Amino acid sequence: MEKNAEHTSHVHRDDEADKLGMWLFIFTELLLFGMLFLMYAVYRYRNPVAFQLGGEEIDVVIGVINTVILLISSATVAMSITAIQRGKKTQALLFLGTTLIIAVVFLVNKYFEWGTKIEYGFYPGGEALLELGHGTVLFFGLYYIMSGIHALHIIIGIGLFIYVFQQIRAEKIHKTDYVWLENTGLYWHLVDLIWIFLFPLFYLIH
Amino acid sequence: MSEEKHHISSYKSHLLVLLALLILTAASVAVTSVEMGAYNTLVAMLLAGAKATLVLLWFMHLRFDNKIYAIFTAFVIVLFLLVLFVTFFDYSYR
Amino acid sequence: MSESTTSSKHVSFLEYKGKYKGLLGWIFSTDHKRVGLLYLYTMLVFFSIAATLGLLMKLQMLAPGHTLMGPQTYNAMFTVHGIIMIFVIVVPGLPAVFGNFFLPLMIGAKDVAFPRLNLASWWIYVIGILVVLSSQFIGGWPDTGWTFYAPYSFQTPVNIVPALVGATIMGFSSILTGINFIVTIHRMRAPGMTWFKMPLFPWTLYATAWIQVLATPVIGITLLLTLMERLLGVGIFDPRLGGDPILYQHLFWIYSHPAVYIMILPGMGVISEIIPVFSRKSIYGYKAIVLSSLAIAFVGYFVWGHHMFTSGMSGRALYAFSFLTFLVAIPSAIKVFNWVSTMHKGSLLLQTPFYWAVSFIFVFMIGGLTGLVLGSLATNVHVHDTYFVVAHFHFIVFGGTGYSFMAAIHYWFPKMFGRMYDRSWANIGWVTFFAGFLSLYTPMFVLGLQGMPRRYYDYLPEFHAWHIFSTLGSILMIAGAAIVIINLVRSSRHGQKTSEKNPWGGKTLEWQADTPPTLENWEEVPTVTQKPYEYK
Repeated sequence: MEKNAEHTSHVHRDDEADKLGMWLFIFTELLLFGMLFLMYAVYRYRNPVAFQLGGEEIDVVIGVINTVILLISSATVAMSITAIQRGKKTQALLFLGTTLIIAVVFLVNKYFEWGTKIEYGFYPGGEALLELGHGTVLFFGLYYIMSGIHALHIIIGIGLFIYVFQQIRAEKIHKTDYVWLENTGLYWHLVDLIWIFLFPLFYLIH
Repeated sequence: MSEEKHHISSYKSHLLVLLALLILTAASVAVTSVEMGAYNTLVAMLLAGAKATLVLLWFMHLRFDNKIYAIFTAFVIVLFLLVLFVTFFDYSYR
Repeated sequence: MSESTTSSKHVSFLEYKGKYKGLLGWIFSTDHKRVGLLYLYTMLVFFSIAATLGLLMKLQMLAPGHTLMGPQTYNAMFTVHGIIMIFVIVVPGLPAVFGNFFLPLMIGAKDVAFPRLNLASWWIYVIGILVVLSSQFIGGWPDTGWTFYAPYSFQTPVNIVPALVGATIMGFSSILTGINFIVTIHRMRAPGMTWFKMPLFPWTLYATAWIQVLATPVIGITLLLTLMERLLGVGIFDPRLGGDPILYQHLFWIYSHPAVYIMILPGMGVISEIIPVFSRKSIYGYKAIVLSSLAIAFVGYFVWGHHMFTSGMSGRALYAFSFLTFLVAIPSAIKVFNWVSTMHKGSLLLQTPFYWAVSFIFVFMIGGLTGLVLGSLATNVHVHDTYFVVAHFHFIVFGGTGYSFMAAIHYWFPKMFGRMYDRSWANIGWVTFFAGFLSLYTPMFVLGLQGMPRRYYDYLPEFHAWHIFSTLGSILMIAGAAIVIINLVRSSRHGQKTSEKNPWGGKTLEWQADTPPTLENWEEVPTVTQKPYEYK
């Protein structure tokens, strides 16, 4: 039997390829959320009044808090990349840890935000919602689907942060090999990017 | 195969971008209470677009990376807007 | 075989022994060539299943009335036939099999950019198939048609959840393949291979991969929303709750129309490889073919509405989509012109791959021209949802992807297996298949014009004669397919051994590699100095 050449031979590292792959993945995500925004546009166009009334039911304060902390977390993850590029491991861990905590806080806020609505029967198929007519049903349907899928991305992001945190601690990610951190950062900015549009469309309808 | 030297953004530049993002957020909240009819949505989307551009160019490094990423991103955004436009050929005239 | 490392370099990928032996050595191999063959074998199995379902449907249509099966069984049959044929065979089709196998070889790379991801996408694909098939055991086969149209898809009593979930999972596999190919083409071309020195099959794979990346998430989210609609009653597509079922059709076709180009573009690439080799002439209009591929991929994104002309869209949307549909015909016609011009005054080498390629052009033109009949509003209203549509898309999808698949496997077979197939049986198989194909689908055009609706298990007596013709054709076609497949499967194990590097006299890089290729394709990555297809 030959020696196992499969693993020794092409250990060729190409950070640029990894990054291109990540960007392509981000494009698929953009299109995925894009279709949800398209649905939102269609239904808001058809039910302008109901969407406005629905928007007033949603708590602006929680929305603003989540927007602000998510923007901060985007900055901290970007700063952790700067730290790792400069070879400052502790700073990188500190910034990444902050991002991780903010991600969890975001979900906690989301839990309370959804919780109060579900308590009042404002959920898909809920009694209180069905009484309010078609446009409102659609508004809250989209609200749950879009912020739900966004929250799912936050959860995946938390998983990625934990993994990357471990890797930095174990010095697997360091000054000359940090594409994992960079790609996780790109992913997190995508999550932020989506929220930048979700926020005015659901919380700030006038 | 790390080729050319990577551009390293300073902490300060990240914090400045964050500051701009927070100001734009405050502006979009403030502008909601101004009565502008259909233009409210337009303004909200323009502000969100400005925030997204900041995130893409600085946080996501499109400004400093190989130009191909910026070109692809612009292409994807245009593609999505065109799909939206074509869909509304149906809904605007139904 | 336990010599020094230098000799191990000359062991073909088929005989190479890695960490695992036997079957495990295949299903855990990240070698792009083995992954390609894994897809090939998977597709062979499922093609046989779906083709059998098709044959059973044709047998049911042999006579009017409830003969072989009732309406519910018939609905399940065309649904599963459609789901398997579309999501398991033609969408992954050429990219997954020949793209995986030959893309790195043709651009002078040792593997794809992300080999482990590549293997993972095969696994995801198989899991997707198994989830779809599990519907047999939990709640019965889906009966919605492969399009899962709302509102029926969340009202039907049978359990379509597995089909929706499975199709979504297969979508992920398609996205991963697309990402892999784009990165491979960007980062791993051999030294000297500039973009416009790249062969045409990789070019079409590049265009296809972009569609896979940018369109597949649309079907993913659409099917997931249908799932949520069915399980939670969100109301997004439910007219009783204010939703718009036509929006479902928009979203579905925003993916599924570009998906048609996922199916056909790599086929066009294969034909663009074969025609110059078998005409012994440089391809006519290389750049025109490249640019028209990219144009098809782009314009093809905006024509989805032509599937919905009778759905109740606004009048202006109808004009817009009809106009855009006519636009997308132009780049396809450019390619046909290029192929025919390449053959003009060439010295034609009449071999099986060339036969398949030429018959591809023939059926593709019939499919394309009848597509224009469907794309113009006035005629579409009459033939919408009739057998005319069925005939059209079988000419395009089966005729396009199927014929180019057959052309590709007969062209690359010696390189893939290091053996040659029996040429006379291959030609007999082609003639039988071609004759069967034409007599199966041509009568459907007539039936459609006469008003025979699609997806009906029964019909009026006046359609009987053409249905008999069509069913006889289907038997002939299946016989032809069986001859081809048996010949190839047999030859892959017992065929004439060959280690000739370049049996057809091709000019592209894959013909410079060993036959069959070694594990990493090249001992030394070749340097490219001239354009592909430089025949003197």
